[in-house]
Amino acid sequence: MSGVEDALAPGAPAVHAGVADNVLTRGNLRCGDVGTGHASAAATAEGHFETAFVEHAYIEPEAGYAMPVGEGPDRIEVMACTQAPYMDREETARVLGVDPSRVRIRPTACGGGFGGKLDVSIQPLLAVAAWVTRRPVRIVYTRTESMTSTTKRHPARIWAKSSADARGRLAAFEMRADFNTGAYASWGPTVANRVPVHGMGPYKVPNARVHTRAVYTNDTPAGAFRGFGVPQAAIAHETLMDDLAERLGLDRWAIRRLNALDHGDITPSGQVLTHSAGLPKCLDALKPDWDAALARVARHNADAPRRRRGVGVACMWYGCGNTGLPNPSIMRITLGRDGTLTFFNGAVDIGQGSSTVLLQIAADALGLPPQAFRMVVGDTDLTADAGKTSASRQTFVSGNAARLAAEDLRRKILALANAGPHAKLALDGPRLTIADGDASRAIDLATLPASAANANPVLSLSKHGLADTNALRRAQGGGECAARVSCDSGEAVVLEGVGRWDPPTTPLDANGQGVPYATYGFAAQMAQVEVDTVLGTTKVIEIVAAHDVGRAINPTLVEGQIHGGIAQGLGMALMEEFIPGRTENLHDYLIPTAGDMPAIKTYLIEDAEPEGPFGAKGVGEPALIATAPAILSAIRHATGVRVTRVPVLPHRLWEALKQRGTA
Amino acid sequence: MVTYHRPVALEDALAIRAERPVLVLAGGTDVYPAKAARAGWGDMRHADILDISAVPGLRGIAAEAGAWRIGALTTWSDVIRAELPAQFDGLKLAAREIGGVQIQNRGTLAGNICTASPAGDGAPNLLALDASIELTTRRGRRIVPMADFIDGYRHTQCRPDEIVTAILVPKCSSATRGHFLKLGARKYLVISIVMVAGVIEVDPQNRIAAARLAVGSCSAVPQRLHALEAALVAQPSLTAADLVRPSHFAQLTPINDIRGSAPYRRAAALALTRDLLRELAADKRRRAA
Repeated sequence: MSGVEDALAPGAPAVHAGVADNVLTRGNLRCGDVGTGHASAAATAEGHFETAFVEHAYIEPEAGYAMPVGEGPDRIEVMACTQAPYMDREETARVLGVDPSRVRIRPTACGGGFGGKLDVSIQPLLAVAAWVTRRPVRIVYTRTESMTSTTKRHPARIWAKSSADARGRLAAFEMRADFNTGAYASWGPTVANRVPVHGMGPYKVPNARVHTRAVYTNDTPAGAFRGFGVPQAAIAHETLMDDLAERLGLDRWAIRRLNALDHGDITPSGQVLTHSAGLPKCLDALKPDWDAALARVARHNADAPRRRRGVGVACMWYGCGNTGLPNPSIMRITLGRDGTLTFFNGAVDIGQGSSTVLLQIAADALGLPPQAFRMVVGDTDLTADAGKTSASRQTFVSGNAARLAAEDLRRKILALANAGPHAKLALDGPRLTIADGDASRAIDLATLPASAANANPVLSLSKHGLADTNALRRAQGGGECAARVSCDSGEAVVLEGVGRWDPPTTPLDANGQGVPYATYGFAAQMAQVEVDTVLGTTKVIEIVAAHDVGRAINPTLVEGQIHGGIAQGLGMALMEEFIPGRTENLHDYLIPTAGDMPAIKTYLIEDAEPEGPFGAKGVGEPALIATAPAILSAIRHATGVRVTRVPVLPHRLWEALKQRGTA
Repeated sequence: MVTYHRPVALEDALAIRAERPVLVLAGGTDVYPAKAARAGWGDMRHADILDISAVPGLRGIAAEAGAWRIGALTTWSDVIRAELPAQFDGLKLAAREIGGVQIQNRGTLAGNICTASPAGDGAPNLLALDASIELTTRRGRRIVPMADFIDGYRHTQCRPDEIVTAILVPKCSSATRGHFLKLGARKYLVISIVMVAGVIEVDPQNRIAAARLAVGSCSAVPQRLHALEAALVAQPSLTAADLVRPSHFAQLTPINDIRGSAPYRRAAALALTRDLLRELAADKRRRAA
């Protein structure tokens, strides 16, 4: 069975016994009364939309090695690319049939993941091979092996219907979306549960109904991919916004500005946006570019019958963190007797820069410069569980844990000196100086008693709910580990700070009502394209992206995320289509090259989120979501073709142009 | 085990070729990805390799009496850097669009036509240049016109004991210009959906004296557009594009695949041919001005 139609057809065979209808998960959202909403409206638009399998195409194919430790062997250490070391540990241990404490996962340095490294790939293979052979084992996937065996973005079949009153205010929104999850669950439930919250877009909608299904098929497994189904849904809701604007004679920017969620608004999930909600500011930032581009395009088109230009705009929102589920992060900072300051950071930096951002947060909160820290990153033996590098959560969730850990350590330092909260710290070897106004006190760390953390480095962490893996290991006779931990923490720990943070959310009820996320990222993007109406090719000339990130902890990294997201969004819109068994290489499967990328202008909007560290929210997935719909909007503006299927390959656009009689 | 031959003399290479089945490797840019793709699906078969890259005398472009000789180890980068007349402008454009710089540095023009992919960028250009292929065995040499060399889908007239040693391109008048247009779903590093190569000679009145046009990716074997070529002769180059008709592409047999539909390919071939003629005429006018 290929595709959701096959799998949902009456009498279709069940992919898994016990799931007779092939539906893995259903997601729902219901608020108000869509029937009344549609009936009261001045304009209604609806449409069917289709998206393809998309490959992550990270630069680093899966690679790693495993080492057996001790006779037996006692343990297995796996060094591999991942976005979720603690989940890897659980799954690898399950495959080996051993306690998770006997598996150590050490993530390799960044190589890109985009969700594709959220599932295990090589980790259990390596562990089993090392276990059986009792020898070190390594593996490197070729590109073909990587593309053949790892998950893809869920292809979506979406129907949506949207209504607005005469002024353009949304009256009702409905969506039914089916996601092809392939033969395995992977992150299908996450997609089915996240999309209902976001399906109508970042707008005030009094009446909404969204039904989603993740459907088993015999296709390639679909899993996590930057946006968890929201990029697919955004293509539907943004096309309908353009439809409504067209029907009501409104400017496409104006109808979005009119409906944009703002401070104090209630989302269709029933959540009041009490704080950071910067979409109006994002749209306002774009407005001069929008007006200028419309005028520029009109001038160009007056004299260019073949190469038509167009401008499009699209909005997005995205909840940071897991949907209505706990997803805590724990961070730890220690100060050694010799003055070694160590940041134990379990968040995997998959290339987005969390190691930099979290260090900046910790340094600012502690009051010592980033270069004073030694980093221990993402090692299940040495760092606590920071949760997955996914869901745009590491800056927001782990950022708070890092802030709390640093504040905890700072509090302990200040208490030693009886200093006030604004005291300045300086660290020079074992000499820690605390200056509070005119008073200054130097502490020789070497004279301090060893912290209880030395006897059991993770005891204090267990108070926060962390499984005491080191203690477990010692009980099993792994004597050298304790020594290594204390060595990795500096000579001997004299002070430590621990921070745990879990975003305040509530589970969603049967109607999708609740507080699924503590905060949302918002964005508006504008695209300018040129379409060769004879050949059906599209060149994106410019993207202007305005993103509300709460606070840009590291503006360069934020812009990097936005640029990369735009590249992936452009690929999704124009060229990326994974066909199982046919495109497992990067010459048949196309991703944008430097020559396909437009000029990008970014506006960083900082509508501070009080829950976030220093006001920050996530940007990893928000970067991508508005790009494809903005490009589709621009193609429509240029040509009149309302695109409902991506990617818009040249032959598909040519076909559509021919039907309109313009090719 | 795979046997990897890397002889340092042409006679040795020809002897190996005559004695056993081997896959000839020049730059390796087609051989390696094909092997990796098979291995990715668990197919570990591999042929013995005859690597000719150490054979002396096969690399470079030389002017001989009446023809240019492009040695079999001449890379795309060599083509880009060579001082060549305007009849090669299309070939140079193709060279710049094949893969990235690393591929252009290793991949050879001869290897490209021996792979004989319908989407190979070399073949339409060599058709438009009216090239011939020099095939060598231990017993001697023969010359096969490019129009006959690729005789089927990924198939050539190169026999098991032969090695392509050179591509021969007849010299044209200085009023001859080449051009090449490639259509892909992205800007760089892309396999062509359709491509058109053309070499046009104009007379002093700017009328077309001779035209050779070829289309790739629209049939198992790249096709010359003989009917169109005949229709263009003696016509003003400035308005040549207007003479292009759908019937001129009747011999194309495009397929539906992941890169494009058959009707789209047919329409794009026509549009690109018109574009190519327009751009050649405009270029001529620009140069004259």
